[in-house]
Amino acid sequence: MARAGRQAEELTPRSARAESVRDIALRYAGERGPLLEILHATQREHGHVADEDVVEIADVLNLSVAEVHGTVSFYHDFRRTARPDHVVQICRAEACQAVGGADLYTSAQELFAHREDVEVREVFCFGNCALGPSASIDGRLRARTTLDDIAAAESGWSR
Amino acid sequence: MTASGRGCIAWVPQDSSARAVGADEVAAALSAIDRVTVRRNGTRGMLWREPLVEVETERGRVGYANVTADDIPALVEAGMLAGAPPRATPGGAEDDHARRSVEYVGIVDDDPWLTAQDRVSLARIGLAEPTDITAYEAQGGWAGLRRALELDPEDVVEEVVTSGLRGRGGAGFPTGVKWRTVLQAESDLKFVACNLDEGDSGTFADRILAEADPFTLLEGMTIAAVTVGATEGFIYCRSEYPDAIERLRDAIAVATEHGYLGDDVAGSGRAFRLQVRVGAGAYICGEETSMLESLEGRRGEVRAKPPIPALQGLWRSPTVVNNLLSFAAIPMILAEGGEAYAARGVGRSRGTQIFQLAGNIARGGVYEAPLGISLRELVEDIGGGTRSGRPVRAVQVGGPLGAYLPADRLEVPMGYEELAEAGGMLGHGGVVVFDEGVDMARMARFAMEFCSVESCGKCTPCRIGSTRGVETIDAITATPAGAPGRDQLFVLLEDLCATMTTGSLCAMGGLTPVPVRSALTHFPEDFEGSPR
Ligand SMILES: Cc1cc2nc3c(=O)[nH]c(=O)nc-3n(C[C@H](O)[C@H](O)[C@H](O)COP(=O)(O)O)c2cc1C
Ligand code: SF4
Ligand code: FES
Repeated sequence: MARAGRQAEELTPRSARAESVRDIALRYAGERGPLLEILHATQREHGHVADEDVVEIADVLNLSVAEVHGTVSFYHDFRRTARPDHVVQICRAEACQAVGGADLYTSAQELFAHREDVEVREVFCFGNCALGPSASIDGRLRARTTLDDIAAAESGWSR
Repeated sequence: MTASGRGCIAWVPQDSSARAVGADEVAAALSAIDRVTVRRNGTRGMLWREPLVEVETERGRVGYANVTADDIPALVEAGMLAGAPPRATPGGAEDDHARRSVEYVGIVDDDPWLTAQDRVSLARIGLAEPTDITAYEAQGGWAGLRRALELDPEDVVEEVVTSGLRGRGGAGFPTGVKWRTVLQAESDLKFVACNLDEGDSGTFADRILAEADPFTLLEGMTIAAVTVGATEGFIYCRSEYPDAIERLRDAIAVATEHGYLGDDVAGSGRAFRLQVRVGAGAYICGEETSMLESLEGRRGEVRAKPPIPALQGLWRSPTVVNNLLSFAAIPMILAEGGEAYAARGVGRSRGTQIFQLAGNIARGGVYEAPLGISLRELVEDIGGGTRSGRPVRAVQVGGPLGAYLPADRLEVPMGYEELAEAGGMLGHGGVVVFDEGVDMARMARFAMEFCSVESCGKCTPCRIGSTRGVETIDAITATPAGAPGRDQLFVLLEDLCATMTTGSLCAMGGLTPVPVRSALTHFPEDFEGSPR
């Protein structure tokens, strides 16, 4: 679905996306407190929440653009720009630090410093704290992670 | 390869920690074998043993721990499908130095790590397929709800009060008292909200229970709803728990189909509709009023109290807000009576607590025991000490806002008041172990940094103070001992801590000084050395 959305976006950039986001917003508009649901769904479908999406959502929910923008910018999950091809999330919270999580984060940042298509993000806890260091590579959670594990995952990515 | 005799049932956990160490691959390898039926249970809570494969035999379920997909052929060859012990691995796998060898657990139900526990809320985890509602019923499920529906709401509240249950989310407020407030509030519209934000590092019991035994949560929330007169409920789950979200949504669908949720809860004529809402990566949304703001679709900024959520919660209506573990204790309290729950525990800390053993620990997992067990028992006897094998240096109890206790303070009993006296807090029951390699100045800095990243921004001591705290600790560790101005930096840091403690609106800013000060008090030598 995400792929179809992206292709449509390329053909008729603004309007197709705007229409899709409006559809999403309308789908949830009748529920109690729908804004986060709409933002999640928009991001699922389009990879990020663009400024134009914010305008569209604000219109459907009868909120000010500032209100929607304020919500989007408050939460770490919502991205304002397109998602890179690969996302490596590494837990930097205490239990993972106790087994080398902070150093793993730094080394992973260095490992991918030269790649624009890879993003290394910090996360505070995946609830996998007994088997740290925890990392998630393209959405897949890993336990007792080493830099070698991350490098092995990288070697499997098509370039 | 064929299983001997009439075929074989093998259980492979679907828990997300188990999946993170290869459980899906193990399940696939087993499914490929003729006459093997693979069933996916939740975890038993022995996370250091995952993937823990269990094979059904006439003697009971026989366990094999730390199994990988590659181990399956040799294990099957050695008679795994009949519950036989594996053969000693010849040689050792040269291509994978970190490989953990398979451990033969024997009859899992007889494992000492399990039998020593007092599992109340966790009684059913790992036994069945999580959304198998028939199995849930067969294991005593819905008995609490049935009894709650027979009693007057006041009497249900009385049972909860009698149990002595205190909120397991961290603050320890008596659950029965909270429910009574909502029950007595006059309103046409009331809500029940489950706090499944579980942002504390070192805590994962909410996740495990939601993934392994979601009906227990649903039953607890439904009991709350029919008692206080709420018709709508929300489970606010953090986005970091995708498996839990999926499992809960499935469980809600199944429970609705079977009439335990919906317009006519268990034939009582009362309605309760429940849905899962997903957070968006913000620690502060675990604070209850911030969670309510987030559920309503706004920035997760903390609300000033009063009004309390019990009177004006979601959309200003009376709302029961409880942690998942608080709700999960309820079915048993109703089924067996509040007295039975209150009979466990220490002092004013009644019942059981689910401890989560994490960090640098040999046997990490969830362990349910009566409150009052000592920290040393948890870390050493049950947790097996550090994973690295080096001595324990510090233990952080109660999440990122909890104190770091040094190794010589571990005799403290795990109870609300008992821990407070030792300068710590129980919080959500997380126990995070560090070995002697830990740099406590770095951990103190992290506490301030975490607060600066996760502050909701509403009040200045927390928003600005935490940033200044990071800078000040950096200045301290960059200044050699004895250098001019160094002492003033410690005064400044203490001043910041005092301001945050007294001037913050919520416990985020108010408690961040706790880990910082405990590091300074118990590990001053880490702040002495040359710049790190
Ligand atoms: C900064 C902060 C974070 C919190 N995070 C959580 C959390 O993740 N889960 C939770 O249940 N309670 C959390 N709490 C406690 C809640 O505010 C609230 O006390 C709790 O959800 C009430 O439920 P209980 O009485 O069942 O514990 C947090 C509190 C603070 C101040
Ligand atoms: S203490 Fe921090 S998190 Fe709490 S209300 Fe103030 S700014 Fe927000
Ligand atoms: S602290 Fe890293 S997964 Fe919990």
